[in-house]
Amino acid sequence: MSADVDSVVATSQSRRGRRPAPRVVLVAGVVLVLAALPLLLAAYPIGLAGRILAFGLLVVSVDLLTGVTGLPTLGQVAYFGTGAYTAGLVGIHLTSNAPVQLLLGTAAAMVVALVTGAVAVRTSGIVFLMVTLAIGELAHQAVDSIPAVGGSNGLAGIPPITVLPGGEPLLLTGFVYWWVLVVFLLGAGVAFAVAASPLGRSMRGVRDGEARLRALGQETYPTKLAAYVVAGAIAGAAGTAWVALARFVSPGDLAFDVSAFALLAVVLGGAGTLWGPVLGAAVVIGARDELATYVGGRGSLLLGVIFVLAVYLLPRGIAGVRRPARLRAGGSR
Amino acid sequence: MLGWLDANTATLLNGLALASVLFVIAVGLSLVFGTMDVLNLAHGAVSLVGAYVGVGLLGVQGSIGLFVAAVLLAAAIGLVLGTVLAAMTTSVTGHLRQALLTLGVALIVAELVTEVFGNDVQRVRAPIGLDGSVSVLGNPYPVYRLVMVAVGIVVAVGLYVVLERTRLGATVRATVADRDMVEAVGIRTTFVLGGVFAGGAALAAVGGLLAAPVLGAQPGLEDTILLLALVVVVIGGLGSLRGALLGAVLVGQVQVLGVALLPEIASFLLFGAMGLVLLLRPAGLLPAVGAK
Repeated sequence: MSADVDSVVATSQSRRGRRPAPRVVLVAGVVLVLAALPLLLAAYPIGLAGRILAFGLLVVSVDLLTGVTGLPTLGQVAYFGTGAYTAGLVGIHLTSNAPVQLLLGTAAAMVVALVTGAVAVRTSGIVFLMVTLAIGELAHQAVDSIPAVGGSNGLAGIPPITVLPGGEPLLLTGFVYWWVLVVFLLGAGVAFAVAASPLGRSMRGVRDGEARLRALGQETYPTKLAAYVVAGAIAGAAGTAWVALARFVSPGDLAFDVSAFALLAVVLGGAGTLWGPVLGAAVVIGARDELATYVGGRGSLLLGVIFVLAVYLLPRGIAGVRRPARLRAGGSR
Repeated sequence: MLGWLDANTATLLNGLALASVLFVIAVGLSLVFGTMDVLNLAHGAVSLVGAYVGVGLLGVQGSIGLFVAAVLLAAAIGLVLGTVLAAMTTSVTGHLRQALLTLGVALIVAELVTEVFGNDVQRVRAPIGLDGSVSVLGNPYPVYRLVMVAVGIVVAVGLYVVLERTRLGATVRATVADRDMVEAVGIRTTFVLGGVFAGGAALAAVGGLLAAPVLGAQPGLEDTILLLALVVVVIGGLGSLRGALLGAVLVGQVQVLGVALLPEIASFLLFGAMGLVLLLRPAGLLPAVGAK
């Protein structure tokens, strides 16, 4: 059976190829630089970097569905929000221990993703996009109307996280950033591991030829649901990291523009590569929140111009810049 | 039943008025997707421009003549925007890259509009002569909203006649069903597609202007309109005129009647209804004939 899957996804496999040694060095270097940032930068840019990592992890989860599995989604905010609100509520009522918040937030997001995904992955394409939009908007309305989680005011008063049981609360942004980085590396590691696993092959098989897989007698529903639950869990983990940093979560974090920007960050970065979309997330957050000050507060104008230019200048996204020839060879099936 | 009808006449009519502008706005989105396979996320921004044409030309309130002039100006601006968008999207393949492009355009347009008119909520009042109310089944009701319903009906009938009874309409419908075959019999589909895009955008701008006396004009309105229009077209069936009409009536009533009758769960009704329809009938309630 797995040989059948292999033949369908042979092209995606050859695209990946064997991992050369320099790749390991590159990854280690990037992780080292990210880890060293708090030693080099002031508190404010560190907070920005943390926000990029948390949002970037959400975007990775969107790419796992959109780029790897071929299911464009606008609904990952629902699981991001589930993780964020769970972590916030655990922080207020139970414990400020960050690993506990991460575990409970991720688990809650997985459960919600399993229940909603069981219905959503019966569809595909534009219909899937609209069903996930409905899921995201329903989650947005839900937290907006439940007084126990602060309603439209949001959930405030979340205490600073601790990492070790009975440890000191982390008040300095740099320490919280390190925790966010840990969550990011865990989540991104899971995403890469899944993409490289047999499940990942089946996911690319769904993307490249779902009808063919079906014709070969391969059920695609379990693959799509598994991908959906994994992506939901990663989005939930991203939500817990977001709350650890902001110590506040509101319905605005689940709004349509967050879903839209997460999906566009995937396209901008290069769908299906998982690492490109993180760069896309950095561009989106950077342009909207930071560069805006240099163009007179017109962050969304700048972002719009970037999106339009990227469509024409970077047809395969940021990730496609350095290896267009190999991608073209892989694409001719 | 009669008592209920009497008590809820105004609500039902409000729903129909909202349905009218939603239909006028959404039908372009639907036909552009049907003919060009382009999901135009800048559609809401075009409506926003239409609403601000009302703000700029009418100020707070204008005469009927000025209002008609504003409608024509909005339509003209919509035509230009639609043509530009059609030209920009022809070479861009894939729904995701089209989404990136059109949402980028939407961000730019909305930001430029905000730059000119500011961040505040702008009021537009119904034109002089249409701002009164008449008695409907014994209850007073604003004339302007009845005009909105009438315009919606006129646009629906007009589009139906053009699409179903003329050669031009037959070409458009054929392009929805099978673009390659239309190309094969010697018709430049690029012109058909550009025309549909421009016409749809003109309607979207006019719809935004018509809605301005009710919904107002403010930054962020484009997202609301885009979401409502998306719900309308996917409930009705992408690329289908009758589907857009049915979707608009349903969404209009769900939005207005739902708030009146079931206020606790009103905010869940719209997207709950859309999710339900999509899971039961993934192609929408009245899908276009021959559309994929």
